[in-house]
Amino acid sequence: MKKLKQLMLAGSVAFSAAGVVAEENVLNVYNWSDYIAENTLANFEKETGIKVTYDVFDSNDVLEAKLLSGKTGYDLVVPSATFMARQIEAGVFQKLDMSKLSNHKELDAAMMKKLSALDPDNAYSIPYLWGTTGIGINVAKVKERLGDDFPVDTWDLIFKPEVVSKLADCGVSMLDAWDEIVPSVLNYLGEDPSSTDKNLLSGKVTDVLKSIRPHVRYFHSSQYINDLANGDVCLSVGWSGDILQAVDRAAEAENGVEVAYIIPKEGAGLWFDMLAIPKDASHPNNAHTFLNYLMRPDVIADITNYVWYPNAVPASTSKIDEEITSDPSIYPTPEVAANLFTFPVYGPKFDRQGARMWTAVKSNK
Amino acid sequence: MTNPVRPAQFLKSFGRGLVSGIPYFWLLLFFVIPFVIVLKISFAESQIAQPPFTDLTSFADDMLTISLNLFNYIDLYEYDLYLDGYISSVKIAGISTILCLLIGYPIAYAIAKLPPHARNLALMLVILPSWTSFLIRIYAWIGLLKNNGLINNALLGLGLIDEPLVMLHTPIAVYIGIVYAYLPFMILPIYTNLVKHDHTLLEAASDLGATPAAAFFKVTLPLSVSGIVAGSMLVFIPSVGEFVIPELLGGPDTLMIGKLLWSEFFNARNWPGASAVAVVMLIMLIIPITIFQRYQAKDLEAIADD
Repeated sequence: MKKLKQLMLAGSVAFSAAGVVAEENVLNVYNWSDYIAENTLANFEKETGIKVTYDVFDSNDVLEAKLLSGKTGYDLVVPSATFMARQIEAGVFQKLDMSKLSNHKELDAAMMKKLSALDPDNAYSIPYLWGTTGIGINVAKVKERLGDDFPVDTWDLIFKPEVVSKLADCGVSMLDAWDEIVPSVLNYLGEDPSSTDKNLLSGKVTDVLKSIRPHVRYFHSSQYINDLANGDVCLSVGWSGDILQAVDRAAEAENGVEVAYIIPKEGAGLWFDMLAIPKDASHPNNAHTFLNYLMRPDVIADITNYVWYPNAVPASTSKIDEEITSDPSIYPTPEVAANLFTFPVYGPKFDRQGARMWTAVKSNK
Repeated sequence: MTNPVRPAQFLKSFGRGLVSGIPYFWLLLFFVIPFVIVLKISFAESQIAQPPFTDLTSFADDMLTISLNLFNYIDLYEYDLYLDGYISSVKIAGISTILCLLIGYPIAYAIAKLPPHARNLALMLVILPSWTSFLIRIYAWIGLLKNNGLINNALLGLGLIDEPLVMLHTPIAVYIGIVYAYLPFMILPIYTNLVKHDHTLLEAASDLGATPAAAFFKVTLPLSVSGIVAGSMLVFIPSVGEFVIPELLGGPDTLMIGKLLWSEFFNARNWPGASAVAVVMLIMLIIPITIFQRYQAKDLEAIADD
């Protein structure tokens, strides 16, 4: 009995000793699926002794619902810039402590200026990776159905019923993200991609989407990586790096599938994923340490090499495989870049209309 | 002499109160309180904030103002997809319930006819799959049903089909998923009912010239109605609001209210609207729940009468 008491006493002493330390050596990160290099976390843990718990999501909507309910338990999250703008307005993030971010100077100044439209003074966020929303195709299957001479660098592939109907049998998929599909359709129709005209939305845009709906097998934002690589679908509207990962996986599997990523000539949407710290994070210091680590050229270069998304640290470019940096579908050439447009930030009303239009289109009603 | 009895009596009635109080406490904690919260949100308005809806009450200039926003309920009528969603959910749940009954009743009947020691083993086999996580079992069906999946590969290998059957992301996959997941909830109540039946009734029927089939339809089936109702309700009620199965196995055109609720909550970021959908769904489910309660009460009375 006496021993037990001693043991308990020792235990409670140890417990209170741990309490004195300001922050436990833990960091909870919530990031997109397939969105980090294999060695990033292990090296960080080795260098700092901070243990990282790493969870993943595949839609901005899920992240936003968690952030808006509060107490997510996460210390670092990765919303896309347009979503982040609204979340900053809702007051869910804390301002970054620049004194803890010595590598902040590594960030691309021009990009930071562009992003300050969404995050004034770049006070709450730093860019992680960016990319475009384009089309992934199974080269052989698409050629077989459309003919060798069909130009594949166009949104006609998906938004023209006569074309997409020929691909329906080998599988067509689309991102389940209306806020990226609607601007892409608007752009395809020659309208302003950031238009919030509700007549356009319920008219022309809905017409296009309904006309192609019967030929789309599913709407999902992560499943298409595997399906493209395995040949289960032959056309996906998806995110650049994800489709390029499918290209890579198919090549590695040597299963006879050749996947290609296309930025259509009509132009494509450009997006940025941002790193931000929730206001109620319990380990903000560790989060800053991790942010600073992610801005190191060697670290972020490894990530780009692995996930095929470009980053915002110019000094990392020399450390990235030439195969990636010379690919205009990843690092767009100035001519391609001129055709890219950024996604708009929507207000609550348009948001609701868009989401409902999307549900109606998806359910084919 | 009467004095020492009183505390004991008090304890007895206190204990009784405690025991009968637990279900009420359960109901209060896990049903009434969450429901009131959802009801409250359904009368709010969305806004860009954390949480993303307005407060119902405001206190200013010594005035307590309660503002109820009925827009979300009016909106339900005006947005016709919801009606489609409700109808389709009830249809899918109804058909699944019938399928479960058609498959579950013979299984329950067969188990009830087994010798007692074999019954437990058979029941165990019915329950055993649910030791694995529900989500994993539904994911397993993806592997079975997909174009490149086990079933298609087996059929292709046997030369029975030339092209893979498209099963995943179709309504058929949703029915398979729901029937598979909820079948034990149909079998168990029916079995519990059947196993209590008095054998002599069937002997009497046969003595009076009834064929086994006639005896089944005139004696066994009517006696097992309460089991059928209980099983059907246990399948129907959760299937109506099912989200995981249509999301994972169904196609985008499998419209169910659970999925609409999700999209209103997550995609449209309209928490008050989603809460209104949930409230209406609950009210619609109260009808079958009441039927279920009534049959259960009857059943209990019957047991008490025995």
